[in-house]
Amino acid sequence: MRYLTARKRAVGKGSAHTGTEHHWSMTVSAVALAFLVPTWIYIVGHALGQDYEVVRATFARPFTAILTAMVLVVGMRHFAKGACMMIEDYAQGTTRKMLIIFAYSISAVIVTTGLYALVRIAL
Amino acid sequence: MVQFTLPKNSKIRTGKTWPKPDGKNVRKFQIYRWNPDDGKNPQVDTYFVDMDKCGPMILDALIKIKNEIDPTLTFRRSCREGICGSCAMNIDGINTLACIYGLDEVKGDVKIYPLPHMPVIKDLIPDLTHFYAQHASIMPWLETKTNRPAKEWRQSIEDRAKLDGLYECVMCASCSTSCPSYWWNGDKYLGPAALLHAYRWIIDSRDEATGERLDDLEDPFKLYRCHTIMNCAKTCPKGLNPAKAIAEIKKMMVDRVV
Repeated sequence: MRYLTARKRAVGKGSAHTGTEHHWSMTVSAVALAFLVPTWIYIVGHALGQDYEVVRATFARPFTAILTAMVLVVGMRHFAKGACMMIEDYAQGTTRKMLIIFAYSISAVIVTTGLYALVRIAL
Repeated sequence: MVQFTLPKNSKIRTGKTWPKPDGKNVRKFQIYRWNPDDGKNPQVDTYFVDMDKCGPMILDALIKIKNEIDPTLTFRRSCREGICGSCAMNIDGINTLACIYGLDEVKGDVKIYPLPHMPVIKDLIPDLTHFYAQHASIMPWLETKTNRPAKEWRQSIEDRAKLDGLYECVMCASCSTSCPSYWWNGDKYLGPAALLHAYRWIIDSRDEATGERLDDLEDPFKLYRCHTIMNCAKTCPKGLNPAKAIAEIKKMMVDRVV
């Protein structure tokens, strides 16, 4: 039980003066992915069903390798920030903080693993 | 915080069924009831109203029930013409004003509940204290630093037109209580109504506190909990579009940094 005025509850800790960078970053990455993902699906889609060497050769091409790297980095960055937003919506307190750390960590693991695999294939 | 089940003492039970009057045009009303004084769970009471002896709006039926059937039924009402915003409630699954929502717009039984996800004071009356405090926090008044002019703060016809679709808000809380972000994070998220009012003062050409207003709103929770799902615009009984106002604030935020 706390005797706080309604105004104090409404104002809380005040404005964090942040959020616009996150909003703009999500907008930019969404636009970028709108071009990157269809192109990537078109190129990689042609390799589907082919044998191992053809798929490997597809990813070894500079354009496909760079495109895949961009999809990975931009996509996972978009995923991490989006997941962070979703977690903030539905979780609170320590759970919220732990889940946000997990979301950023898992996206970092996916990016680094993907880039490592790509380097091994392409170089 | 998100909750998928009601607390044990908030689970709704079947309540009293009142006698059905004679008549050919009788409609069934199922109305949420909760009295803080009796210690019981909320219940849904069933009433029957003869439509041939009732006005055309939901509020007419509620007043008829209160006057002629059950005087303990409690709800807010005042202007009965969509100006005061008092009689906002959830009717047939839609947050709206009982005074301007026609009985003919509801098919089948009429189900009436208080505005969702708000503390209930009694029956159909939600506690809007926090909602009003959030509105007060956005400084809903003209903020100026220039010395007051001799006659009036002048405004062009074009600048005045920018306030159309904003000033008409009657603060009924239908929009905010239809927003899942407001349900889950209403303690910090200002909600569509307060943000629509915030934009009304930000866009006012006479106001000189635009920067301070934007500073106050720049927050992951106060503003950026809006995910543009448009429930607010869909439910607004005055036909306003709070989601568009929020999008305009976001655009102004981006314009400040990009």
